[in-house]
Amino acid sequence: MDNAAIVGVAQTKYERRKKDQILADLVFDVTQAALDDAGLAIGDIDSVVTVSNDFFDGRTISGMAVGDAAGGEDKNISTVSGDGTFGAFYGLMRVLSGYKATIVVAHYKGSEGSVPITTNGMFDPIFQRPLGIDAISAAALQANAYMTRFGIREEDVAQVSVKNHGNAKNNPCAQLPMDITVTDVMKSRKIAAPLKLLDCCPISDGAAAIIIANEEIAARTKKKPVWVKGVAHCCEEYLLGDRRLSDPVALKDAARRAYAMAGITDPMAQIDVAEVLEPFSYMEPLWLEGLGFCKPGEGASLIEKGITPMGGRLPVNPSGGALSANPILVAGLARLIEATLQVRGEAGARQVKNAATALAHGFNGPCGQSHCVWIVGGKK
Amino acid sequence: MGRRVAIVGVGQTYHKSHRPDVTSREMIREAVTAALDDAELTIRDIDAIVIGNMDHFESINYVDTYSVEGSGGVMKPIMKVSTGGTTGATVAIAAYYHVASGLFDRVLAIGFEKNSESDTTGAIITCSDAIWDRFSYSGAIPSLATEATAYMEKYGATQEDAAIIGERDRNNALNNPFAHLQRPLTVADIMASPMLAYPIKLGDICPRSDGACACVLAADGVAQKITRKPAWFKAAAVRHTYTWFGDSTDYNKGLVSMQRASKDAYQQAGITKPAEEIDVAELYLPYTWAGLKWIEDIGFCGPGEGVKFVRDGNTHMGGRIPVNPSGGVISTNCIGATAMLRVAEAAIQVMGKGGKRQVPDVKNALATGFGGCFWSDVVILSTERP
Repeated sequence: MDNAAIVGVAQTKYERRKKDQILADLVFDVTQAALDDAGLAIGDIDSVVTVSNDFFDGRTISGMAVGDAAGGEDKNISTVSGDGTFGAFYGLMRVLSGYKATIVVAHYKGSEGSVPITTNGMFDPIFQRPLGIDAISAAALQANAYMTRFGIREEDVAQVSVKNHGNAKNNPCAQLPMDITVTDVMKSRKIAAPLKLLDCCPISDGAAAIIIANEEIAARTKKKPVWVKGVAHCCEEYLLGDRRLSDPVALKDAARRAYAMAGITDPMAQIDVAEVLEPFSYMEPLWLEGLGFCKPGEGASLIEKGITPMGGRLPVNPSGGALSANPILVAGLARLIEATLQVRGEAGARQVKNAATALAHGFNGPCGQSHCVWIVGGKK
Repeated sequence: MGRRVAIVGVGQTYHKSHRPDVTSREMIREAVTAALDDAELTIRDIDAIVIGNMDHFESINYVDTYSVEGSGGVMKPIMKVSTGGTTGATVAIAAYYHVASGLFDRVLAIGFEKNSESDTTGAIITCSDAIWDRFSYSGAIPSLATEATAYMEKYGATQEDAAIIGERDRNNALNNPFAHLQRPLTVADIMASPMLAYPIKLGDICPRSDGACACVLAADGVAQKITRKPAWFKAAAVRHTYTWFGDSTDYNKGLVSMQRASKDAYQQAGITKPAEEIDVAELYLPYTWAGLKWIEDIGFCGPGEGVKFVRDGNTHMGGRIPVNPSGGVISTNCIGATAMLRVAEAAIQVMGKGGKRQVPDVKNALATGFGGCFWSDVVILSTERP
């Protein structure tokens, strides 16, 4: 793979409701901010990828609403309908194909939609939708499968929520920085057993943008380039019953290929920080197992062992993760942005010391059906 | 840009108004199977998949993860690209970048739509901004009707002039076993058909079809091992200009996105005289007037010359630059697949697999996509490796 780097990043503050801005306003803001971050002008960008979902926006051709705002005028502009990590992957491929600099910008407004209705739409219209299943109740099924298989207690995964909301205090963009305890999580309102309110992500509004550029452009941008070392994605079967929800095989496959590209043979030793998409607390340990950071079933003990909290061997989600802010689609791009800030040394109070290699992750589909894994680093 | 890429196989379903015998997943599988057979490959040979449709139509969210058993994407990388009517072309173009990037050698591009399971107009009007555009100027037909009226006023074109396009494309469809509408229409038939929104009559506009299309793309070095006559990408250009329908109403400018996209494509392909150097064109013409005016925007003839160019027979089979040997969009419109069918049919012409609709001695074929807010994409395929 030719050298390509992330040279500009921007995020809005994530909030429950951004009522003073329409989607185009959010996209314009992060597009401009990412350009400023890179020290580039809109004329330096020769390719644009927007990331949005028609259901979530309530608009077909959802990319149309933000084309102008993303600087798409007279440029090659397209839309990926899926998590921001996938959109960024398309942006990367355009740069590798010869474009100089691609901006990838994602948007979402949870305040203007209904997660139960829009995510119910992921399920089979004849056989499954009438059950009322949605992303949250599906996640509850996966949590049950995972926790039952390995004897994981609700208190164990509650620690993820405590850690991540606590980490969010160091992230000025995060929606829900909070000082909570495992008891707080256990007492919070039941949403779908075993998921309680504090095991779940919030409803969020926000946008984010990254600029990926070739070596020549990266040499003249403002900040230290963060090089793409490896990236891959993979998708499992569609019906939940056809999958083993406690064994994330698509994630394992994506991780294997991304690691191979990046020359990573020992993830725990060679990766300094990880930003994984965990809209539900049980997902963090499950994904960490799929990423090969520990054996199956051991993911829930990583916090207690002091490995994944700040200051540990492999801090996970210093940003606070999706539990602290989850504008869907944007949240995966935010993980990549956070990984980039870590490698740049610009993560402020949430900086992991000497972060040279970082992992970012996102997914599509119920219970993480399709995963995308990124490895970024400071060295070419 | 990047590695050279070619289409090495294409497949499509037999397009119909209703396919109650298949789910979208099964319909996709038909097209994929046909494409793999055409390329003499199996799904195991495919490294990545790109798929697209217009979600709101069938009301299925995340069609990439939904259709994974139909597309063959289980345990493969799959992503969704969705850009309205242009989707089929932008999916093919995204697949092109997958290969050109060097990351994947053999990529499957899939477009589909099950229009019979959708409320097309109910869904399409949501593309317009809810405050500024939706109540004044929305849906596919009104915007095109305004464009047509302006063109007639400016150049004195008549409804009969436009009807020639419909007659041409519907006649061509008789040579295409996959086309949805297999009944010819004459200019008189079109003139007699019910008026929908002046001046667009039923005979002037595309149908709603159920259908899917798939293309297999391969890298330089790999393509030549798959087929003796790969259809090489010489150009891929995308211009999705305009967010607001209100910005698209200066009809004196013409179809701006097509002017820009075609200019970019011709530059990439080293083409200076399109009407001479392009041997066949599969144009996304959702309605008849497009066949008069957008050929000016794409540079086949000058401004205002469209009517004469068509009436002189240049775009009919046997003419200087046959347009839509497949029957085009006016004969088949399975929206998420439609723009990909243009690319696939152009590939078919280059690969010499067009049967009764084959144009003789094709070297360069051009395909366009149209949709959204007057957006355009242009792809140029060739027997010649660039």
